[in-house]
Amino acid sequence: MSVLVFADASNNGKVKKASFEATYFASQIAQQTGGKCVVLSLKADDDSKQKLAHAGAQKIINITNDIPAISDVSVAAKILLKYTQTEGIKDVVLPNDIQGKAVASYLAGLLNTGIAPAVTSLVSINGSTYVFKRNVFSGKAYAQISISSDKKVITLLPNSLQIQWNTQNIAEIKDITENDNYTPRVIVKSVEKTTTGGNIPLPEAEIVVSGGRGLKGPENWGIIEDLAKALGAATACSRPVADAHWRPHHEHVGQTGIAIRPNLYIAIGISGAIQHLAGVSGSKTIVVINTDKEAPFFKAADYGIVGDAFEVVPKLTEAIKKFKASQQ
Amino acid sequence: MKILVPIAQVPDTTAKISFTDNNTKFNATGVQFIINPYDEWYALVRALELKEAGLAEKVSVIHVGLADADATIRKALALGADDSFRIDTDPADAYVVAQQLAQFIKNNPYELILMGKETISYNSGVAAGILAGLLDYPYIANASKLDINGNTAVAHQDIEGGYQVVECALPVVISANKGMAEQRIPNMKGIMAARTKPLQVIPAYPVNITTKYEQFELAPGRSACKFIDPNNVEELVHLLHTEAKVI
Ligand SMILES: Cc1cc2nc3c(=O)[nH]c(=O)nc-3n(C[C@H](O)[C@H](O)[C@H](O)COP(=O)(O)OP(=O)(O)OC[C@H]3O[C@@H](n4cnc5c(N)ncnc54)[C@H](O)[C@@H]3O)c2cc1C
Repeated sequence: MSVLVFADASNNGKVKKASFEATYFASQIAQQTGGKCVVLSLKADDDSKQKLAHAGAQKIINITNDIPAISDVSVAAKILLKYTQTEGIKDVVLPNDIQGKAVASYLAGLLNTGIAPAVTSLVSINGSTYVFKRNVFSGKAYAQISISSDKKVITLLPNSLQIQWNTQNIAEIKDITENDNYTPRVIVKSVEKTTTGGNIPLPEAEIVVSGGRGLKGPENWGIIEDLAKALGAATACSRPVADAHWRPHHEHVGQTGIAIRPNLYIAIGISGAIQHLAGVSGSKTIVVINTDKEAPFFKAADYGIVGDAFEVVPKLTEAIKKFKASQQ
Repeated sequence: MKILVPIAQVPDTTAKISFTDNNTKFNATGVQFIINPYDEWYALVRALELKEAGLAEKVSVIHVGLADADATIRKALALGADDSFRIDTDPADAYVVAQQLAQFIKNNPYELILMGKETISYNSGVAAGILAGLLDYPYIANASKLDINGNTAVAHQDIEGGYQVVECALPVVISANKGMAEQRIPNMKGIMAARTKPLQVIPAYPVNITTKYEQFELAPGRSACKFIDPNNVEELVHLLHTEAKVI
């Protein structure tokens, strides 16, 4: 059965990495169920459409006009619902980022069907029962979840898989205008950006540099940002740092913040409390920099430096810069 | 205006996680349960603040779950909720919970349904959205600030890298993120009052059950940490490149 992916590129024409991952994942499901991988994209540019094909899309329906109402989750879900009907779709895959999760869950409600949220891999498909793996208990355990509804909504946790790009793959591309009239009920009055660092969304970032209370105050975040910049990383923080408004609260990672699983997580001046670890233990490699050699974080780390962040971090930034220069 | 706050029960954040029945069930033995922090600290407290400000007449809490959760529900009453409901069934997944809540709300209308953005146990973060979809109510996900202005909810909705200010006419489903309110501790008076506040048990509605946890496994620990001399950060860069292969 065919699988539908929603890829919103209305921001700048660029499809996000998490949507390519969802496309690749959907193509694997489509392959096993003998269906097609269909992507509904919003204002994707030519380069993104080609990459969607390389990620596994067989058909791309690209909406070329602005639909301001789509910022209302329920409108986005209704547009998706329409294409599940016209394209004969059984399964829908969205990235489990902020927007994807909201739209997917609303769509599951509209379809009155089951949802497998934040999965990390596909275990098996047996008739209409699919089994996925997902993280539970804030990364302390993994679970296999089966879903057996006729129609399925699935969200894929970002950074869970490595896309095998197939540059030979060609998709049927349909550029369309979506002329149905949608009236938003949730109306956006203004948008405020609070990121100070780069533009990498934290859940998608492959490298994250994170600071804790050990940095003493917001005025000291320069060393964190410099290191993040040298690495092309996103920045994060521990809960007390966000609570004290040293950093915006969307940078707060952990059990009661966001859960991330980058390739590299560098924790600076963070003690490694169980609730913090819960949100970052899925990271592939963890580096800890802390003055206290007894800090619990070292037990969860791959590499550790016992030392003062104010001395170590600038040195590390310089070493990274040198390394990057040598790679060019 | 009446506010409904659905609450989930989750293991305490420091609870040791283990499984029984051949790793097919969470082992609740000896585990302390709490109200899901997003539901309690943000959704419930903000609902109570709105009532205290004279913007809501009533705050009800509702839990989908079995009788072992009654103590958890009483805690929400101790914090100040006026009354409570428990739909008597196993909260198997977010879709089950949302279907139960939707049926309840169709029979007992509320203008504002305010719940946490996810549980810290199963981390699904989809119950509020499914509920909104089932009811075809508007949905504001991840709100870190919420005010009520007449018949309109005004919220800060967190998006990647910031937030947007949104408005929506009631009724609406809103999921609460950190920042919406500050955690409260119940006082003695509240705890005493909670004992006599209504807790109505409602038989489960018929719903679809579509997912099942087949198998659990604990996340593996990491091998021992490699310590690097603070005066030799080049070594770390080298290892990250050649050994971990992450840069
Ligand atoms: C229900 C609940 C939920 C929670 N959820 C979360 C959550 O989601 N995320 C989260 O992060 N926390 C959470 N917490 C809080 C958590 O328990 C810890 O209190 C918090 O993570 C500690 O933050 P920290 O490591 O920045 O600060 P601290 O614990 O104060 O640690 C600071 C560290 O910096 C080191 N240090 C000091 N000076 C330097 C220096 N110059 N150079 C290098 N290192 C230095 C110290 O040795 C220390 O290890 C939660 C708590 C509860 C009860």
